[in-house]
Amino acid sequence: MPEYHQYPSLAEFVSTFLPESWGWLAYVLAALVHVALLLVLALTVAAASNWFERKVSARMQDRLGPTRVGGRFGWLQSVADGIKLLTKEDLIPREADGLLFRLAPYLSFCASFSIYLALPFAGGAGGWVAQRLNIAVFFVLAVAGLEVFGVILAGYGSGSKWSLFGAMREAAQVVSYEVPLALAALIPVMVAGSMDLVRIGNLQKDGFWDWLIFHDPFTFLTFFVYLTCAVASVNRAPFDLPEAESELVAGFMTEYSGFRWSLFFMAEYASMFAVSVLAAILFFGGWNGPLPLAEWLGLTQSHGGLAAYAGNFLGMCNLLAKSYLGVIVMMWLRWTLPRLRIDQVMTVCLKYCIPVAAAMLLGAMVWCYALPGGLVRAVRPHPEAAARWGAPPVDQPPHPPAALAAGKGGR
Amino acid sequence: MVLERVDPELAEFDVHTDELLVNMGPQHPSTHGVLRLVLRTDGEVVKEVIPHIGYLHRCAEKIGENLAARQWIPYTDRMDYLAGMNMNLGWALTVEKLLGLEVPERARHLRVLIAELNRIASHLVAAGTYGLDLGSFTPFVHCFREREKILDLFERVCGARLTYSYITIGGVMADLPRGWLDECEAFLVSFEPVIDDLHALLTSNAILIHRTAGIGVLSPEMAVSYGCTGPVLRASGVNWDLRRDGEPWCTRTYVGYKFEVIAETDGRYPQDAPYPPVPSAVVLGDCWHRFYVRMLEVVQSVKLARQAMDYYRKSPPGVGEPLRLVQKLPKGEAYLETEAPKGQMGFMVVSDGTTVPWRARARSSSFCNLSVVSELCRGCLIADVPAIVGSLDIVLGEIDR
Repeated sequence: MPEYHQYPSLAEFVSTFLPESWGWLAYVLAALVHVALLLVLALTVAAASNWFERKVSARMQDRLGPTRVGGRFGWLQSVADGIKLLTKEDLIPREADGLLFRLAPYLSFCASFSIYLALPFAGGAGGWVAQRLNIAVFFVLAVAGLEVFGVILAGYGSGSKWSLFGAMREAAQVVSYEVPLALAALIPVMVAGSMDLVRIGNLQKDGFWDWLIFHDPFTFLTFFVYLTCAVASVNRAPFDLPEAESELVAGFMTEYSGFRWSLFFMAEYASMFAVSVLAAILFFGGWNGPLPLAEWLGLTQSHGGLAAYAGNFLGMCNLLAKSYLGVIVMMWLRWTLPRLRIDQVMTVCLKYCIPVAAAMLLGAMVWCYALPGGLVRAVRPHPEAAARWGAPPVDQPPHPPAALAAGKGGR
Repeated sequence: MVLERVDPELAEFDVHTDELLVNMGPQHPSTHGVLRLVLRTDGEVVKEVIPHIGYLHRCAEKIGENLAARQWIPYTDRMDYLAGMNMNLGWALTVEKLLGLEVPERARHLRVLIAELNRIASHLVAAGTYGLDLGSFTPFVHCFREREKILDLFERVCGARLTYSYITIGGVMADLPRGWLDECEAFLVSFEPVIDDLHALLTSNAILIHRTAGIGVLSPEMAVSYGCTGPVLRASGVNWDLRRDGEPWCTRTYVGYKFEVIAETDGRYPQDAPYPPVPSAVVLGDCWHRFYVRMLEVVQSVKLARQAMDYYRKSPPGVGEPLRLVQKLPKGEAYLETEAPKGQMGFMVVSDGTTVPWRARARSSSFCNLSVVSELCRGCLIADVPAIVGSLDIVLGEIDR
């Protein structure tokens, strides 16, 4: 498909305004723009999730939640809390390792935030994504695993036994759950034939029956394995042992206060949202709605730039809504279920999640071989779907156009 | 049974490099008060738990030697502050035993009604905080919401929400206000569906069962040997409840009342209500059974409260005269144990013939229940320690007095 070459990336677009030898500046500016947009998204999601969690948990517990700061619904409470956290005293325990203690929250947040770099939010125009990678799923899983470094450093650097306990539990848990998480994410990748998230999303565009979760029963069950592993890798209840309030005060975060704590907290919400976005793209069609409304309303590329932009924008809203549903489910789980002990967490991972994920992989593989094109298509074979499985390897994303690489600029 | 005790301060010189001395408390979200637990652990496995108490000691018993008998009632409130009425009842019955004083019928039924409502409140706190210890935040709030309704009822009765001093020597302080019985009935009616909700959220929850099954198993012999009483004892299979099996001065309060003692007899719990079934993974005497016994006792308390309201309506007016402050107590001593929500609470009064007791002593149920924690925690994981301590349902006000 020629989609890669039709639409210039932001860097290429900016480079058209710069003289030839300043081509590198185009990349820097493009990176800054992308990072700014994604930071806005990640931080807004964190603040909004904080407010939403308090409201949801309150309603589940027959209370109201914040009702005073910012009108009747207390939506400014997150802002007020943020201001409070920023103005708190910077406390560092005497026994803490200074450098590690200070470094840990930034590591955690950066790892969590880096996931957004490869996540697309809409599929048109080459993908609304900061950096389109043909190994996007691999990148996301790899970077998500870096968060554990921040936690280990925090636990060790706090100089407290309780923090150390929390950090060790967290390390064991997150690293172990990366295996079934990767296995579970591998199955839609295998069905779609590509690790490129934009491609995976665009494959699911003809209505909810095309969504990969309904492709075959194995992928359907895989979603639940993915959900369990995602909840575990983000340290949400029932797997929130590292932050177990009733046992370890706050686990590895015990000695953190103020801005440093808020970075850990934002990292957690950003991760929650990121794994939900990944689940939405891999299993639930991403930016494609249950019915191909954008096509019916004529909001596609063939109807002009503005219509296409509107279509993509609606797709992005759709994706954000689906991801937020995932976040809501995680909050629902947290406020309902007790937490598992560390050995039970490891049992679930090693004795249940990994074998089930492996079995699902095998089943999906057999299914794809026997019935290419999925459940719906097995009844009404579609030539494109069958070709998808017999098709030659997909074309690669472009290297920078030769003209740019040679420093000449222009298209 | 002699425990091999290691003084924590000296232990640092003997400790092996792979053992960790971890301190839980006295400020800790899950030690149910100001309790300090020193854990000697090998990684995650606990080898020994040494409880340090005394952070809430307020010299109540010494003060009791300087106050007239009726003046000591507020101090009993503050012992098990979650079940103040039962504490008041224990002391009142003890002094009445010394005096040989009978209370009027209406006062007797009021005492049962109030004591059982307080038992419900205490068990709600136990259940809610137990869920909270294990990570379940929502049932905690639901339990406290129901408890608020009980506290509102108590506030209408005596003006206080927690430290009542309502049950006094000679009867109760005042009769019920108008409309109270209807409010109480409305509460009981609204409360029964909540018990089913709590069963669904906690008792039958697979994760909670996983966390509590087979943890902290207390054999009946060890329970009796350590002096454990109340739900802790009954969950180990010992069918003993002072409301039915106690001495006459204790059981006379409950004469004419029908209720089941919640203990597993012949492998089954009483079947007088639709209780959730016992899962196969649990062992008699473990944390789950202690939790289950409390949940079932709440249903029995609702039954008793309804019977008490019936008896109250039929009883002649007159709730007794509080003991005069200048009343001299006869020389002698009296000890009486009553069935408080957390176990058998014993009060002893020794009098030398004056208005002020020579000795006022409280035998705390939680004190003896807590003493078994080191045995129960041997070989468990750190995450099991809050599960075990929570299942014992201790209140430090009672332990330290």
